[in-house]
Amino acid sequence: MSLKHLLSTADLSYADALAILDTAEEMDAVSQREVKKLPTLRGRTVVNLFYEDSTRTRVSFEAAAKRLSADVVNFSAKGSSVSKGESLKDTVQTLGAMGADAIVIRHSASGAAAQLAASDWTEAAVVNAGDGTHEHPTQALLDALTLRRGWSAAHGSNPRGADLTGMKVLIVGDILHSRVARSNIWLLNTLGAQVSLVAPATLLPVGIDSWPVTVYYSLDEALAAAPDAVMMLRIQAERMGGAYFPNSAEYTRRWGLTDERLAVVEQLRLGNTDSQVLILHPGPMNRGVEISAAAADSALSRITEQVSHGVSVRMAVLHLLLTGAKA
Amino acid sequence: MTSYLITGAQPYGEDATDLLLRDGMILAVGAEAVQRSAEQTDLTTLDGEGLIVLPGMVDLHTHLREPGREDAETVETGTRAAALGGFTAVHAMANSSPVADTAGVVEQVHRLGLQAGWSEVYPVGAVTVGLKGEKLAELGAMAESSAQVRMFSDDGHCVADPQLMRRALEYVKSIDGFVAQHAQDPSLTAWGTANAAQMNEGEVSAVLGLPGWPAVAEEAIIARDVLLAQHVGARLHICHVSTAGSVEIIRWAKERGISVTAEVTPHHLLLTDELVRSYDPVYKVNPPLRTQKDVEALRAGLADGTIDVIGTDHAPHPTQDKECEWVQAAMGMTGLETALSVVQHAMVDTGLIGWRRFAEVTSQRPAQIYGHAHQGRPIAAGEPANLILVDPTAVREVRPDAHASKGRNSPFRGLQLPGQVRATFLSGHPVVLDGALATPISSQAGLPGRTGDSRP
Amino acid sequence: MVNTTPETSQVMSAADIERALTRIAHEIVETHRGVEDLVILGIPRRGVPLAKRLGEKLARIDSAFDPAAALGALDITMYRDDLRAHSARTPEPTEVPARGVDGATVVLVDDVLYSGRTVRAALDALSGIGRPEAVRLAVLVDRGHRQLPIRADHVGKNIPTSRDERVSVRLHGIDEVPPEDESVIITRGPAGGTA
Repeated sequence: MSLKHLLSTADLSYADALAILDTAEEMDAVSQREVKKLPTLRGRTVVNLFYEDSTRTRVSFEAAAKRLSADVVNFSAKGSSVSKGESLKDTVQTLGAMGADAIVIRHSASGAAAQLAASDWTEAAVVNAGDGTHEHPTQALLDALTLRRGWSAAHGSNPRGADLTGMKVLIVGDILHSRVARSNIWLLNTLGAQVSLVAPATLLPVGIDSWPVTVYYSLDEALAAAPDAVMMLRIQAERMGGAYFPNSAEYTRRWGLTDERLAVVEQLRLGNTDSQVLILHPGPMNRGVEISAAAADSALSRITEQVSHGVSVRMAVLHLLLTGAKA
Repeated sequence: MTSYLITGAQPYGEDATDLLLRDGMILAVGAEAVQRSAEQTDLTTLDGEGLIVLPGMVDLHTHLREPGREDAETVETGTRAAALGGFTAVHAMANSSPVADTAGVVEQVHRLGLQAGWSEVYPVGAVTVGLKGEKLAELGAMAESSAQVRMFSDDGHCVADPQLMRRALEYVKSIDGFVAQHAQDPSLTAWGTANAAQMNEGEVSAVLGLPGWPAVAEEAIIARDVLLAQHVGARLHICHVSTAGSVEIIRWAKERGISVTAEVTPHHLLLTDELVRSYDPVYKVNPPLRTQKDVEALRAGLADGTIDVIGTDHAPHPTQDKECEWVQAAMGMTGLETALSVVQHAMVDTGLIGWRRFAEVTSQRPAQIYGHAHQGRPIAAGEPANLILVDPTAVREVRPDAHASKGRNSPFRGLQLPGQVRATFLSGHPVVLDGALATPISSQAGLPGRTGDSRP
Repeated sequence: MVNTTPETSQVMSAADIERALTRIAHEIVETHRGVEDLVILGIPRRGVPLAKRLGEKLARIDSAFDPAAALGALDITMYRDDLRAHSARTPEPTEVPARGVDGATVVLVDDVLYSGRTVRAALDALSGIGRPEAVRLAVLVDRGHRQLPIRADHVGKNIPTSRDERVSVRLHGIDEVPPEDESVIITRGPAGGTA
């Protein structure tokens, strides 16, 4: 494992991706134990630098760092000197001076994490916890952990060391603005899965032709291709104003995982097995818009598993970035 | 008054000859230059062996930032950069603070240029009040001011309203002026919104998750404006053409006899949007860096005459405006001190153009477009001595911290580029010698041929 | 005499290893007075196959010992005290028998006992899993040079070494050797390490 930062899944090698997933498996086992704490990062400091509100992601990183015995500092842009105009550079240099070993950064600006890692503002390891509409690599890793577990369970094999060769994953929704989709597409492709996308053309980026994906405009057509997993993306309220599609009702009719489509999905089988396929959603969900309540709560749904896998994956990432010899 | 004898230099890179400069003019060329040098009482001889003589470069697109953003650049520092880069005239865009939309502001900028004395400074007047694109600025008053403005542009902003653009094109006919359009459809680029375009829309923007600036947003405005120019019979200049499609549209317009001229920046001739993958805001510029296909089309267009001139779009910014998140960073790159090297590298050393064509696109054509009678002239006896000496074999690493400009935002940082301006003669006075700043022309009191007021 | 080139010598053969494990299995049954509530945990990587082989021998000695219910693995990666000095490792699986370790006598199995730091980490890891009645330590080789107050209860072979020597245990299934070529080797000289 030679990774110094985790910025994007596009530059994550196959070996590093598997190392993170395999480590996350062990972390997940720790999370099942009565004593959920490891001494691994005792004396190290992890800073959660959040320029965007995301309680879910911050809490997940915080739990991960604490289970590894790290000291956690939460730095939220709201109500701090950042809201008084302090630059990212000055903020980061301040945190560096406080001895941060890792900076987990969430930012509305695409590329903020990469800029931090490339700069000489800090020596800390940088973990991208979501940058604008670019990437959200730990979300993709937890999704991959969830998919790998489902795939291995159906095949009766050990998930450890396995990739996703042969698995067909369908991602549905706002690809254009989704950092989750981008991170998933690169990682799933690295792990050998076949990725399909379905969205209205307004929510697919220009330039997508060069991506290693199959693109559909119709969810019904995409489901007819029998995916092994369906990943629903959140549709942001600000896209519903008529600029990208007429209204949420039309979106739901054409691209929502409705009760009728759930019935179709329930007929699908995972690979050549008798197991049912998986439904994923990164949350938070708009029930009744991109996903019906019945679909979200169905036996196929892995949504709560995704949340617990989030902690395990983030533990794995912090462990692999913060232990080991520094160059 | 000092006379200068330049020996053994090669005009346009052709046969070596001698040049004698005096009183702001080229007094003699060839054997006569040496003969008449004997008559000179105060003669300095410069060895020009291995150097190319070119007409002083003329930049139709410079941001000098003064008044208002003296922390980014001043007329003094910007014209020092111009002189070092080989420019004997620069045209200062109107987006200062206050905006150059009145006679008072353009006269101030013009006066600051005369005082600095490193390069001629011609203010560009705003087309609309405050660059807001709502109503015409006092174009006539700026034309009649001591700055005698002929070029009008809202650069940085597009004159988007088609009716307003039509009126501007028509109106400047009466003052023998022209409009330089910053072609960018504001709606297609979400201008002024939180989702404003950040980079070329294409494969790279798709991966980086940055809002895209589609080529069509430039091309649609150019297509509209050449038709408007044709309809009203006006002259139109297109700033910083950046896409292959734009080159096609301009070629088509010229074939139809429309009076349109076009400019390309050095950075669009060399750099592509692949550089944005670093998220380093030094590569953030408007219009954005495009693709290799666009670069090739721009080079071909410049070589075949579709594109008329090089304009630097020199846009210095203070460090903190570039040392921040990409979406918050200022747009623009410095360019005065690297233009010659970049164009030599992209166009001359690749064999696409020779030094004759280089002189056309960097000097002759921009001077003609503006209407300068004393810039962009042939290298011949009796012509104004606005000249540069270039060492085409020099190779240097671009080091922005060594630039005379206050801006450190050069996208060429670290590149090894060919060509160095060894001397710049402004009206016969060497403002640059041995590749370094010498003395400004303002220190030479009462110089004949002084050009700030010599326009016909 | 000063060695300038690495020099290796075999200190245990495959047969020696087999005999040592058999003896340790007998010692364990003897010490524990049977096999009830006995849990054998191998420390990855080489402790795991050694524990498995001990388990097979224990079952042969006393059929009440069920390897499937009493054998496991205990990874110590996350408990090491030198995590900052070595390149980051992917942890090996920890597998605890279904009965857990509460109230059990846990025998930790490793290949080489040296500084004692691995065992210290293993004791920490074990405390995160449960509360055994007793913890014992079985090693194939004790090479000395302890840095912590730790000793083994069952030792295959005591091998006096110097610090610049390297002790390598080569086991079938982990190292690329056939069963008959398993060995313990000492390497002397500049290539000597810390194993």
